[in-house]
Amino acid sequence: MLEITNLHARAGEKPILNGITLSVKEGEVHAVMGPNGSGKSTLAQVLAGHPAYEVTDGSVTFLGQDLLELEPEERAKLGLFLAFQYPVEIPGVTNAYLLRAAYNELRKARGQEEVDPMDFMDLVEEKLKLVDWGPEILSRSVNAGFSGGEKKRNEILQMAVLEPKLAILDETDSGLDIDALRTVADGVNRLRRPDNATIVVTHYQRLLNYIVPDYVHVLAGGRIVRSGGKELALELEAKGYEWLTEEAVTA
Amino acid sequence: MTSPVESLVNREYQYGFVTDIPSEVFPRGLNEDVIRMISARKQEPAFMLEWRLRAYRRWLEMKEPHHWANVSYPPIDYQDIIYFAAPRTQKPLGSLDEVDPALLRTYEKLGIPLSEQKRLSGVAVDAIFDSVSVATTFKETLAKEGIIFCSFSEAVREHPELVQQYLGSVVPYNDNFFAALNSAVFSDGSFVYVPPGVRCPMELSTYFRINTQDVGQFERTLIVADEGAYVSYLEGCTAPRFDTNQLHAAVVELVALKGATIRYSTVQNWYAGDADGKGGIYNFVTKRGKAAENAKISWTQVETGSAITWKYPSVILQGDNSVGEFYSVAVVNGRQQADTGTKMIHVGRNTRSTIVSKGISAGQGNNSYRGLVKVLPRAAGARNYTQCDSMLIGNRCGAHTFPYIDVQNPTASVEHEASTSKIGEDQIFYLKQRGLNTENAVSMIVNGFCKEVFKELPMEFAVEAQKLLGITLEGSVG
Repeated sequence: MLEITNLHARAGEKPILNGITLSVKEGEVHAVMGPNGSGKSTLAQVLAGHPAYEVTDGSVTFLGQDLLELEPEERAKLGLFLAFQYPVEIPGVTNAYLLRAAYNELRKARGQEEVDPMDFMDLVEEKLKLVDWGPEILSRSVNAGFSGGEKKRNEILQMAVLEPKLAILDETDSGLDIDALRTVADGVNRLRRPDNATIVVTHYQRLLNYIVPDYVHVLAGGRIVRSGGKELALELEAKGYEWLTEEAVTA
Repeated sequence: MTSPVESLVNREYQYGFVTDIPSEVFPRGLNEDVIRMISARKQEPAFMLEWRLRAYRRWLEMKEPHHWANVSYPPIDYQDIIYFAAPRTQKPLGSLDEVDPALLRTYEKLGIPLSEQKRLSGVAVDAIFDSVSVATTFKETLAKEGIIFCSFSEAVREHPELVQQYLGSVVPYNDNFFAALNSAVFSDGSFVYVPPGVRCPMELSTYFRINTQDVGQFERTLIVADEGAYVSYLEGCTAPRFDTNQLHAAVVELVALKGATIRYSTVQNWYAGDADGKGGIYNFVTKRGKAAENAKISWTQVETGSAITWKYPSVILQGDNSVGEFYSVAVVNGRQQADTGTKMIHVGRNTRSTIVSKGISAGQGNNSYRGLVKVLPRAAGARNYTQCDSMLIGNRCGAHTFPYIDVQNPTASVEHEASTSKIGEDQIFYLKQRGLNTENAVSMIVNGFCKEVFKELPMEFAVEAQKLLGITLEGSVG
């Protein structure tokens, strides 16, 4: 589904990704871990097409298309979803309005008819259960005045409505207490299907107790320095990142 | 690295066409003879001509206010303006059937059908073309309720006692430079009178169109809501594209008697000039309402056009418990300049006012909010809430806020909140990541920003205003 080959990217003059190669297939969950500054959030942003980053080398194909050629909205329409580390606030725009606008954009891209507000409400009410929310959240402005935990839950709600092929969760666990973490993880798990895939970007192993990955990759200095199964995450938890980053430096 | 929130291309102004129609055009320039000609042409009673001449003589002694508003433009040559232009008609119009088809087509093209079959549901329209009113719809329907809705010229002829009683009662002829000029030369406009206790059953609307090059439009609107009456009124404006500037100096007076309510909404889309600032309308307008006891006056404006906008719809809260409101969205793009806001003058006890101003600046536009809240000594318990938000799109535009607060009663409570935000690349990226293109993303963010104002507009026009905002800002984000 997703093939990343030798991906290099920089922000301004500063190189951040220095040759990432990663392959994600349908049905898989990949965890991307690493210390602060290792490039893991940049990887998420570059895949989504954030204009602050410039790809200097390498390629990314997603569902057979050259992802790097596409505008962010075209990537979204192909089924790529980024759950933001810092979801932005959009005052005056209700959650319901954004959800429906986004949902209809994706439908139009697939040649389907737009849904009217009434039918859409039925659909959303189902999705709200996934994140354990009542309908009152829909009339609030997008993320405006939301707590950190609510913002993250809102990302998962959007993901539930948009049903992406590939979801990238960027530090979705940061700032969550244990109950919120569970709610968010439950939501993600219930959205897992054999035909979609998830990339979980995280600093801590803790989230991976709830969202169990098939593969774990460790980033350091903009490269993947180690890949393994879920046990790698436990090893990191026990030993920290240092032994790997030192290896990377000496290598 | 260049930010994508920078490039600037303006979509063509879609109302920029000119209607080719034989017109009667007065020679350029202004003197007492021109004023006498206007008055004679309109068969006005003597009091009207005298009023005009008084205003003219006062105007001659006044200076154009160049010093305080945050706008700049070259001096206006008042002798190079045409003060009266009208489509040539054989006789006074008896019905819509007698209106020149070219004019009807013009309004159709502008989306303002004048034939009552094709009307916007529940909206009566008075159409002003250059200096005269060409048609007023639904007059008979309204007359059944005792409501008078007609052109100003007709009101002067048919209801001189009402005109004489209220004309200048809110904006005196010597109020300011542009109001004095308007009082001297105003050619037409709309007149509304709603009798006591009557709730006007439909939206009333005036549609202003400047067609002839170098003509100044000086219309005058007077709305009187008698005791306990209610009326909601909307004005819309467009003009063709010319590369010379045109002057629009209007006066609007609202009189809300005891317990009456007047809602006045404006969607202003005058030609704004091209990307280099050539051409466009100078919109220098005086709008003011006077609210008697328990009366309410509410101004809502969406200002997207004009090269220069200079207007401060105001409310004199004369009677006890009267209410004044001002909801405004002002958008500048290209090289537009806007200096707009309101004045709330609290005279009566327990008077309340609310000001919500949303300024959006894009391109090299310059947007200023200027507002005065004045509480006079007698206005015990007066309350004001002001909220002023500015949004910047790109790096070359400007937003300014000039609040003036003058409180002379210790029991008054005045609140002022202000914020400035920049439309963020992160906000745009977030929405793009959810599948919206840049234009839709910007439009969603801007509409969200303006929501508190749009919800004050009548339904049909709220949709119109949202679309207009989309068009005005189109291309402002690359």
